[in-house]
Amino acid sequence: MNAPVWNPAVEFMEREALERLQLANLRMTVAQALKTPFYQRRLAEVGLTGPEDLASLRDLHHLPYTTKDDLREAYPYGLLAVDREQAVRLHTSSGTTGMPTVIYHTRRDLDGWTELVARCIAATGATARDVFQNMTNYGLFTGGLGLHYGAERVGMLVIPASSGNTSRQIQLMKNFGVTVVHATPSYLLHLHSALAAEGVSLDQLRLQKAFIGAEPHSEQTRRKIEELFRIKAYNSYGLSEMNGPGVAFECLHQTGLHLWEDAYLLEIIDPRRLQPCAEEETGEIVLTTLQRQATPLLRYRTRDLSHLVSGHCPCGRSHRRLARIKGRSDDMLIINGVNLFPSQIEEVLMKTPEVSTNYLIQIEKRGAMDRLAVKTEIDARLFTGNPRALDDLRERISELLRSAILVKPVVELHEPGSLPVSEGKAKRVVDLRPAF
Amino acid sequence: MAEQLSVFIDNRPGRLNAVTGILRDQQISIRAMTIADHRDYGVAKLLVSDPRRAHQALAEHGFAAALQPVLAVVIADQPGGLHQLLEILAGHHINVLDAYGFVVAPGQQAIWCMAVADPEEAARLVAAQGLPVLEDSALYRL
Repeated sequence: MNAPVWNPAVEFMEREALERLQLANLRMTVAQALKTPFYQRRLAEVGLTGPEDLASLRDLHHLPYTTKDDLREAYPYGLLAVDREQAVRLHTSSGTTGMPTVIYHTRRDLDGWTELVARCIAATGATARDVFQNMTNYGLFTGGLGLHYGAERVGMLVIPASSGNTSRQIQLMKNFGVTVVHATPSYLLHLHSALAAEGVSLDQLRLQKAFIGAEPHSEQTRRKIEELFRIKAYNSYGLSEMNGPGVAFECLHQTGLHLWEDAYLLEIIDPRRLQPCAEEETGEIVLTTLQRQATPLLRYRTRDLSHLVSGHCPCGRSHRRLARIKGRSDDMLIINGVNLFPSQIEEVLMKTPEVSTNYLIQIEKRGAMDRLAVKTEIDARLFTGNPRALDDLRERISELLRSAILVKPVVELHEPGSLPVSEGKAKRVVDLRPAF
Repeated sequence: MAEQLSVFIDNRPGRLNAVTGILRDQQISIRAMTIADHRDYGVAKLLVSDPRRAHQALAEHGFAAALQPVLAVVIADQPGGLHQLLEILAGHHINVLDAYGFVVAPGQQAIWCMAVADPEEAARLVAAQGLPVLEDSALYRL
């Protein structure tokens, strides 16, 4: 079970050679960073004068972290490391706080990004024979253009459908015999529920694979997508600060996401102590760009949480694997002092066929205590009319959640279709507690 | 055997009348109705003039709805009328799970609807004692 490999020389590179390449590229990146006012100041603060100060990869910890707030502060030109004429594209992200950040790309940066995405696509067995429908937003969001150019480089027939307009998505899939799609997991679930209304059955589609990403999701969600569409779904990881998609991707074996270590230097740290995590311990992913000219970033704190998968992947690639993204360090909810992630709640709901895939987590203050409510929708097809069965269901979900997250929530059942369905990144948490 | 329509309804303003609006649009008449409150939701039970069509219309509007057999028995609207029926059930150790009643002709006739574990068997026993058990069609001719 192996697919043609896009860049065997790099993907199978011995660890020792890979680390030599990383060190050389890290020095180049530091040299590049020193062309920006932002890093001139930052690196001077830690007493680093030039790339020659880095004797080995172990010296990485001398470098300062870079945060999203740093990018906001440096906006718009504080992190541009090349002449503006050399930059050929920028992507900005506004984030939820509204303060923008920007990443610039030279022609070589874009070429490097495209190569990484092509590597990812090929690792799933997709080839030039595939018809690819890209259902993520084109424009400033990096998911659309990132996959688009990678898929073109692989030679796939690309349909730049962009996001939304479910009815048209389904017609395109049917009319062109689409074999591979790229979308968020929540959108694929939505798309499946819309097939019947469009009068399209699975047999009329030729879908074989989906690339899913851009929002944290559980293994159950992936399996559910695979079962509903009778396809294979491959996890994609990326973030706009690191180009976008193409940072890490699952191969055919689906045992974690290979992170391209010739392009990104990976650390996993405890977000509170800012110290490296032990092997297989969950922490925040920290990445340093190794090939980027226009916007080099050193030790960028992604706020995404994951851990390394130990052992070797049967595919033989030497690039290490990340476990699926567990959540964001800023997604973490603290309920009565207990840390938990929405993804843990989603996992329980996915195992319960009587409720749908839509849910909403609501947190309120009741006196001194936090009250966690998990709102779900019942599945109309499994409603028998027996209220006692529903009360039992509510209690069963509540108990399952208690053992998963160590907090007993109030579970609410609602009518099918009454909770908000998001076509992009789903908004699942409403925190009504007063801010301090 | 008569059929009772159960509908899952969110416990918030505007949901119950969404159900009655659909039934009105379908020109379906409601003979009796109860709602049990379960905090975030309620389950409404309805006897309607055309349960199958009502069920389909509600399902098409996205409601979770179900049809269940219900034992609908004609009793006398006078002291002891209900007792007579319940004596028969008690005599055969039949447990009443859920029930409601309504008058069709004051001083003469009432209908008692109930859910029991084995409605077919209960219907046979009740009918053998001379109390009429109604079908959907008969329920709406009253």
